[in-house]
Amino acid sequence: MYNLKMSTLCLSQCFRLLAALLVVMSLMSGTTVSHAAYSAPEVPHINIMPIDRAKFLVGQKFDFAIEVKTDIPATAIEVLVNGKAAETFFGKQAIISLDKMSTYRINQVAFPQTGKVSVAVTVKTENGIEKRAVNYDIPADKVKKPAKNVILFVGDGMSLQARQMARILSKGITEGKYNDLLEMEKMSNLALITTSGNDSLVTDSANSASAYATGHKSAVNAMGVYADNTKDPFDDPKVENIIELVKRTRGMSTGIVSTANITDATPAAMLAHTRKRSEQNFIAQEMLNPQHRPDVILGGGSRHFLPKSVPGSKRSDERNIIEEFKEQGYSIATNKTQLKQAGTPDKLLGLFQLDNMDVYVDREVTKNPAVLGKFTDQPTLMDMTKTAINVLSKNQKGFFLMVEGASIDKQLHTMDWQRATYDTIEMDKAVGIAKEFAKKNGDTLIIVVADHAHGASITGTYHEKDGKTGREAVRIYADAGWPTFADADGDGFPDDPNPDVTLAVQFANHPDYYENEKFQDVPTSPAIMADGKAIANLKRAPQGGDLKVGNIPASDPSEVHSADDVPLTAEGPGADYFKGIMDNTEVFHGIVRALGLDGRKESK
Amino acid sequence: MDKLTRRISRVIIAMMLIWVPLNWLGQDGTIRNESSLFCTRAQAAPAWLPWFNEEAAPLEFNELYSGASALGLEFSPKLESLKGKKVRISGFMAPPLKPTLNFFVLTKVPMAICPFCSTDADWPDDIVLIKLSKAVAALPFDRPITVTGQLELGYQMDEETGFVSLVRIVADNIEEAN
Repeated sequence: MYNLKMSTLCLSQCFRLLAALLVVMSLMSGTTVSHAAYSAPEVPHINIMPIDRAKFLVGQKFDFAIEVKTDIPATAIEVLVNGKAAETFFGKQAIISLDKMSTYRINQVAFPQTGKVSVAVTVKTENGIEKRAVNYDIPADKVKKPAKNVILFVGDGMSLQARQMARILSKGITEGKYNDLLEMEKMSNLALITTSGNDSLVTDSANSASAYATGHKSAVNAMGVYADNTKDPFDDPKVENIIELVKRTRGMSTGIVSTANITDATPAAMLAHTRKRSEQNFIAQEMLNPQHRPDVILGGGSRHFLPKSVPGSKRSDERNIIEEFKEQGYSIATNKTQLKQAGTPDKLLGLFQLDNMDVYVDREVTKNPAVLGKFTDQPTLMDMTKTAINVLSKNQKGFFLMVEGASIDKQLHTMDWQRATYDTIEMDKAVGIAKEFAKKNGDTLIIVVADHAHGASITGTYHEKDGKTGREAVRIYADAGWPTFADADGDGFPDDPNPDVTLAVQFANHPDYYENEKFQDVPTSPAIMADGKAIANLKRAPQGGDLKVGNIPASDPSEVHSADDVPLTAEGPGADYFKGIMDNTEVFHGIVRALGLDGRKESK
Repeated sequence: MDKLTRRISRVIIAMMLIWVPLNWLGQDGTIRNESSLFCTRAQAAPAWLPWFNEEAAPLEFNELYSGASALGLEFSPKLESLKGKKVRISGFMAPPLKPTLNFFVLTKVPMAICPFCSTDADWPDDIVLIKLSKAVAALPFDRPITVTGQLELGYQMDEETGFVSLVRIVADNIEEAN
């Protein structure tokens, strides 16, 4: 009995120990599965462009480049692609320069097959060797029913909150239920898009638009390139972009529409390759390059198209880019009347302002002559979108059109959420026009996305009806109630941008500035630069306002981009691709997948 | 050094000696008490030019151009008629592209140059370039200033910065606007 008891005890103890061990082991294995380790980012000595984990459309052209930093001059750089010498793999000779900063480059190559690619780089110096390997992906994903056309709407800086402000102002809310949703919200698919480039957490518009246009990360201020170490803004390794791809492989028509200078970052990134977005004169002349010349170009910024001798020009040469477009058979429009008269030519260049086009409130609501000056006949984004679709849809091979609501961003930078919101609504109306077109044939993919966010958030409402002002008049929780915007004429835009109860919109980051929570008669910078430091602009709140002490470096006089993910909505063939949380480069891959593009094909 | 060069340099030195006390006098001849930046009278324009005693014609920013379209700007008849003459205009001093420059940009409203939403060449069309004989520092940017000087018109590019201007004033006097 005793022995039996002992053995039972022993057994049960062993069992318990075993169970405990199993629990510990399962916990440990669980830990390794759900928490992949990662190390703090560091700059590798061997910089391979395109970067690790880059994704390509099969046949998409790119410049393959490597930069190597070594303490003593390198003696050799050996590159293997899928185990073969890179020069053999790509069938092209590399240009190699060996020193303490060595470079290896093969221009204009492509991956001819889908699948995984591994690149192994070995750098030799007299002190030894250094190695680095990167991996690429060339997906074979095919859509069942391809789209004929793609219309990409970029609401510059249009964060989730910017969309919501537009929903509140455009549609209104009753007993906590919105009276309606925006056009861009009534779409089948929704995804959240991350926005970082390969250089920094926070992006600018060139960098992020470049991700949408090429499927590759870039750097702040760069488009269509990976940023290399040299100062030259035109020598960085290029990546083929969407306009080049649809023209080269399909002979599709292409168009860019924006309320900004048409040479500004977002429209420019659809076609151009440069490290420096400020090279707007170069970008203007690049629009003539047949490789990526859009058939429809509508927006502001004629000053980069006029010869320098014309007052108002910003060019440094005598090239008349407008005349050069005319010679290429383009119809030209310089105001709304001419745009209407142009009808549907095969090619159209419309430039409606010397600089950025004025914003919707100033153009269409207040029509303030102090703001508009002589530019009283500018088309709306709806007019431009409709014309662009009419012109481009004549091509049976299909079209790619990018439409940008540019001043959503520009007005959030100056912390003018009312002007930004009217421009968001304006873009939403343009989305409505595109949806109407798409409904007819069901072969158009529409994507609406922002390129980055701004830290603007709705705290509640603001009013001074009980005599309170400033922070005490910001109504929170139950006191917020509802703003009193109204849209009596049903045009989708509130009749008065400055109702007695307005939204309390507060910014996560800002320079020193005066806040009075009211609509400003003319666009006014929150801060101005003085001796390299941003100081609050006294003109900002002439009736008096609270001084808000800045919380970003004094070197920047405007509210700055935030790193927040941004919403994307999509509808049409291929829209199923967009769901969950996606990297910004996936927008490109969603577009080329929807169109069923093959970079290996050449259009006749 | 030949005789002519010596004679010329003597004349220049004499002129400079006469000019020094002028810098410390206001228009009414009294010693100025403002900060040093406003003490620099006659910054670029030589005082012996014929328009020295000429009454400055007042000019407003909204009078610069009579026509504007996407195809360019047109100088107003008033602006054309004042070419080469002494004018007075009030506006805001925009931060210089570089602190050492001997010119700055006068704008209708206070300016902020936003590095991401605009480029370094992103100035409004209605600007006036103010030329100075030497670099100035510490002018107010948030309060209006009045510039008096000779009006220049037409395309000009600054060699050093590539900055393009159409309307310029060779500053004779700069003071805070009332």
